[in-house]
Amino acid sequence: MTEDNQQTDKRWLDRPGSVDKIVRTVYAVCILLFLADFAYHKHPHFAAEEWFGFYGVYGFVSCVLLVLAAKELRRLLKRDEGYYDR
Amino acid sequence: MTASLMPGLPILIGALFVPLLRGHLQKVFLLLLPIIGLAQLTGLDHGSLIQLSLFEYELNPVRIDRLSLVWGYIFHIALLLNIIFSLHVRDNVQHIAGLVYAGSAIGAAFAGDLITLFVYWELTAVASVFLIWAVRTERSYRAGMRYLIVQVGSGVLLLAGILVLVSDTGSLAFDRLELIGVGPWLIFIAFGIKAAFPLLHGWLQDAYPEATVTGTVFLSAFTTKLAIYALARSFPGTEILIPIGAAMTAFPIFFAVIENDLRRVLTYSLNNQLGFMVVGVGIGTELSINGTAAHAFAHILYKALLFMSMGAVLYRTGTIKGSELGGLYRSMPWTTAFCCIGAASISAFPLFSGFVSKSLIVSAAGDGHYLITWFILLFASAGVFHHSGIKIPYFAFFAHDSGIRCKEAPLNMLIAMGITATLCIAIGVFPSYLYSILPYAVDYQPYTTSHVITQLQLLMFSALAFIFLQRTGLYPPELPSVNLDIDAIYRRALPLIMGTIGRITITGRDRIITTGKKAVSSILVVVEHYHGRRGIFARTWTTSSSVLIVLVFLALYLLLYL
Repeated sequence: MTEDNQQTDKRWLDRPGSVDKIVRTVYAVCILLFLADFAYHKHPHFAAEEWFGFYGVYGFVSCVLLVLAAKELRRLLKRDEGYYDR
Repeated sequence: MTASLMPGLPILIGALFVPLLRGHLQKVFLLLLPIIGLAQLTGLDHGSLIQLSLFEYELNPVRIDRLSLVWGYIFHIALLLNIIFSLHVRDNVQHIAGLVYAGSAIGAAFAGDLITLFVYWELTAVASVFLIWAVRTERSYRAGMRYLIVQVGSGVLLLAGILVLVSDTGSLAFDRLELIGVGPWLIFIAFGIKAAFPLLHGWLQDAYPEATVTGTVFLSAFTTKLAIYALARSFPGTEILIPIGAAMTAFPIFFAVIENDLRRVLTYSLNNQLGFMVVGVGIGTELSINGTAAHAFAHILYKALLFMSMGAVLYRTGTIKGSELGGLYRSMPWTTAFCCIGAASISAFPLFSGFVSKSLIVSAAGDGHYLITWFILLFASAGVFHHSGIKIPYFAFFAHDSGIRCKEAPLNMLIAMGITATLCIAIGVFPSYLYSILPYAVDYQPYTTSHVITQLQLLMFSALAFIFLQRTGLYPPELPSVNLDIDAIYRRALPLIMGTIGRITITGRDRIITTGKKAVSSILVVVEHYHGRRGIFARTWTTSSSVLIVLVFLALYLLLYL
């Protein structure tokens, strides 16, 4: 069971800076995708879709709101693990 | 001869022979059953294959058409993958339950009349509960009981609806229904329970994560998708399904973000994906019904893949709590990779299955100019990537290192995950094969520049949001906890209310009895006082005093008379 212990340090993902590289890649991809809105023609069903960068902004904002709302929901709904066993 | 034409029946009959076989022979036999079933499907003509008469009613137990075939194919494929995934299990109860469950779901998908549907509907409920009970703990026993009550309850509503419908219309046909009158509404609610409509969904999140490692994978495939099929069959174009479905896509993802049990997170996203299919049924155009069928097909595969990967984690580590896991990619690299493929598929990344199926429904919503629905579906698409696409692999395999070092999943699990992952990618890369089996002809091109880029924008910026929330510490940590959901009503609130009513009744009864006893004893004291041994009415008087009293009365009488 402990055979991978020695290998652990060699994995790329565990090296310092690797996660930062991934994060920077995501930033770069996001910027490229955002700018890509210049480059193609949309086929919108709704006017909102035509706004520049609509999908990116909508995705980002809705995820942040989702998580923040869920956090608030936790105050209301969270119980300890044995709640139903009592 | 006719029996050999009934899809699902070979599997149901095969289940009877499982206990007679052992070892490798049993494994081969298990694997053969879904393959035989699939072969049987390909040779069938379309139409009603068998007609029976029950009293004056026409029964039509096998109907083959393009809609039922989609579900027939995918149910067989799901069964095969499930059997491979559970080949290591040495528990005949689980094997038999799985076969009967899948066989009856297949039978139900081909049912042409409502009585046949009802029989299979109840059989799926009764068979599937053993996948929960097979954990063999007090906890799973209770969860299974709750599940069974809800499932059988759905069947009872279905039967009631059928009876009302038959007495109103005289028809038992399992076909399109208008949502008018008691009968269709009862049937609609029966379908809605199994499809986990909002507020009727509690059983899903309650029961599925309590099943065995392999049982949850089974459960994820059949019950709810059968309900989607039933809705698509009976209620296509029923407008109320659009808001119901839209609500279903949105609300579970809030719970998924804060849920700690990763199989329960997947159940919430299962509920969210069902919402897309319900919207597709509600819109009711050829495009959207195709979308529902395609999404059910793709969804069964990627959901099974995700549940398989989490099942493998549970099997190897003994826990599935996000707060206890992390860093498992070192020990389980293959499982990690397969999970990521499932995550990409459910998130609808281009070249993965969800992309080519979900977009049919979203496009249908756009074509129908359902503006609010469309916005909600887009929100749900971003949200599902957030909790299923990122949260599941991140907290299980990456995040902080939990220190758990375990073996990679067993070979049969890896094979099952490998095949499922291949199918997820194959559907995404070559959507025309899936499109060719859909109920209606498909004139849709998922890979347009606009669609690919907008979808990537949506997803990558959702990933960006995750990074932002993680790095700023805003992201809620995984905590050992349970979250209240609708099932709290019958697991806590109702027992509490009933307990309180019981206590009030008992104290009330006690009080009435004590007060009554007191009243009776005070009456007895009075009675004792006058009639008791020394009471005035109980005294024995001497003859002389009696004569004296009589004399006095006589004298009085004389006086008055005079």
